[in-house]
Amino acid sequence: MKRVSVVLALALAAGFSVPATAQTLKTVKDRGMLTCGVSQGLPGFSAPDDKGNWTGIDVDVCRAVAAAIFNDPTKVKYVPLSAKDRFTALQSGEIDLLSRNTTWTLSRDTTLGANFTGVTYYDGQGFMVKKSLKVNSALELNSASVCVQTGTTTEQNLADFFKSNNMKYEVVAFAGADETVKAYESGRCDAFTTDASGLYAYRLKMTNPADHVVLPEIISKEPLGPMVRHGDDQWFDIVKWVLFAMVDSEELGITQRNVDEMVKSDKPEVKRVLGTDGNFGEQLGLTKDWVVRIIKVVGNYGETFDRNVGAGSPLGIARGLNQLWNKGGIQYAPPIR
Amino acid sequence: MGTDARPPPRQLAARLQRALGGGAGWKGFVLQLLFVILVAWIIYAVVDNVRTNLETQRIAAGFGFLTNNAGFDVNQTLIPYSQSDTYARVFVVGLLNTLLVSIIGIFFATLIGFLVGLGRLSPNWLLSRISGGYVELLRNIPLLFQILFWYLAVLGALPSPRQSISLFGVIFLSNRGLVVPTPIPQPGLEAVIAALLLAIAASLLLRFYARRQLFQSGRIMRIWPTIVGMLIGLPLLAALLFGVPFGFEIPKLRGFNFAGGSRVIPEFVALTVALSTYTGAFIAEVVRGGILAVHKGQMEAGSSLGLSRGATLRLIVVPQALRVILPPLTNQYLNLTKNSSLAVAIGYPDLVSVFAGTSLNQTGQAIEIIGITMGVYLLISLVTSAIMGFYNWRIGRSMGA
Repeated sequence: MKRVSVVLALALAAGFSVPATAQTLKTVKDRGMLTCGVSQGLPGFSAPDDKGNWTGIDVDVCRAVAAAIFNDPTKVKYVPLSAKDRFTALQSGEIDLLSRNTTWTLSRDTTLGANFTGVTYYDGQGFMVKKSLKVNSALELNSASVCVQTGTTTEQNLADFFKSNNMKYEVVAFAGADETVKAYESGRCDAFTTDASGLYAYRLKMTNPADHVVLPEIISKEPLGPMVRHGDDQWFDIVKWVLFAMVDSEELGITQRNVDEMVKSDKPEVKRVLGTDGNFGEQLGLTKDWVVRIIKVVGNYGETFDRNVGAGSPLGIARGLNQLWNKGGIQYAPPIR
Repeated sequence: MGTDARPPPRQLAARLQRALGGGAGWKGFVLQLLFVILVAWIIYAVVDNVRTNLETQRIAAGFGFLTNNAGFDVNQTLIPYSQSDTYARVFVVGLLNTLLVSIIGIFFATLIGFLVGLGRLSPNWLLSRISGGYVELLRNIPLLFQILFWYLAVLGALPSPRQSISLFGVIFLSNRGLVVPTPIPQPGLEAVIAALLLAIAASLLLRFYARRQLFQSGRIMRIWPTIVGMLIGLPLLAALLFGVPFGFEIPKLRGFNFAGGSRVIPEFVALTVALSTYTGAFIAEVVRGGILAVHKGQMEAGSSLGLSRGATLRLIVVPQALRVILPPLTNQYLNLTKNSSLAVAIGYPDLVSVFAGTSLNQTGQAIEIIGITMGVYLLISLVTSAIMGFYNWRIGRSMGA
């Protein structure tokens, strides 16, 4: 991992980075392939399945962007990145888009030379412990050893939580997610902390998922979203609106199954979204039917959520905050008009 | 004519020409100058390019981040550190952890290396085969696997703190590490330290006297029993007269972990053991090579003088072998230091983990942090080289080479 970041830093230093006025869309079209930075395997978000195909809610963002550009969701090259290397890979131009359960924070938005394009998943940091410890609350974790992956916002949240509750703890920080989970399972730590969605995902990977319990406390706000480089507003808009289009489609009831009928709909809002009225796709530098292409491939936001992390997946996470704004959640997208 | 005519003194210009251009004269000088300009231009272009790119992409640059709050904790710190300290302090914490594991690793690797290297040359069949087996086993398995083996398979198999292995109820071994009582200074400490210093001074004086006796009258004095007696006896006497020097803070199981006492974390143990046994295997071969490079006549000369095998090795063979051993030994020391960066795999908070890992991610300033980290490793390596170079020079001088 260290070597990767050294190489990336050197690439950055040697100035392989794209010029500020880069036309990412043109580069991607010329290459015939979108390069997308994903995680090294987080079930539900981005992980290769048993056939080696990448799946997950973060992967669906990549596939949706590829569908909107090429009308072909397979034209994506996935670059698995550790938490540590992800930003350097984006800065150095190795990837066009980072869709890797990354928390939107002010310092990341301002100092990394990159922008967040929206929120794919509203998350928060939680704790997991072994059931046998009989711990019911994170506030009972005084003097515990806590395993955590380095290179994330998690370490700071952890430090803040224990400090503000006047509790002592020992942090054991690993570079890779798998090592972290293994150390927790082997008993090196009493608790394992990461984003709550991640806790559910990693629990599936453990030898005995039923022996572990996720504590109720959520100690931070972790809005996860995709990132693009500074300096290319057109590309920024495309990635931003692909996600918005998925949320808007769910709101309008456009699904993977009914999209072909919906194209014939005469509801003005649906017509604008699906491109039978206006030229919104072209304004983005895409085609008129860009949303149709997206929905046919990945479905609307709700379908993606269900299939990857929600009720229709092994993770079985409730929609919660990620429900649409008019159904009790906070997922809200500006209108396509 | 008995003497050759002295050559005429060379002119300044010719001398300069030779110094600057080597054998090729002025042409060589011009070529060198062009080369220097080219290198300087490349460096300038890279730096300028980086600056422009960072500016246009609005990526934060510069070293101002070092004074910002780090906001995260580290589980092994040699200096006081808390989450409200700066990134500069994180850097020092990480650096000290790297140095700690390197220095202790180098010490044990050298010890293991010399023992195994000498063992492999031993006339004892079993000892030499075991040493040979050790070398072949350890140096042929990738280091990362060995680190993971020690960490996950050996130390990971230790019981949890509640079932920890206890020695006399004061020392505890568990998968959280080794917990030992912390010594707390008592009033008697000063007297004991004074007595110890006195004993050391007396021992040095005795050794000086014994050497003079040896060189002047050829009389060999057995001084080590006296020295050991003094080093142990004097502080003991002081403790009896002025009271015990230390009290102990006994660790107690409280909540999930032990409270009180001092703890050696398992990550440190796994890394140190793996690094020193692995590098020890290479050093063993270096030592064996060095000793074989000394002519066997030296060994025979030693035994014909009536010296034991041990004394011949210690007094005659190893000092000569050291000249051959030192350069490759330095390489092994450097390798060990650099290999210590594999610590990230098992969560030991070394420089790469806390600075080039967490700090890099939190600040996003890859170029500065990777630059500093590479610079520090370079510096550590150069200092190690310099120390070994100095030692090598001293050996060379003392042997009249």
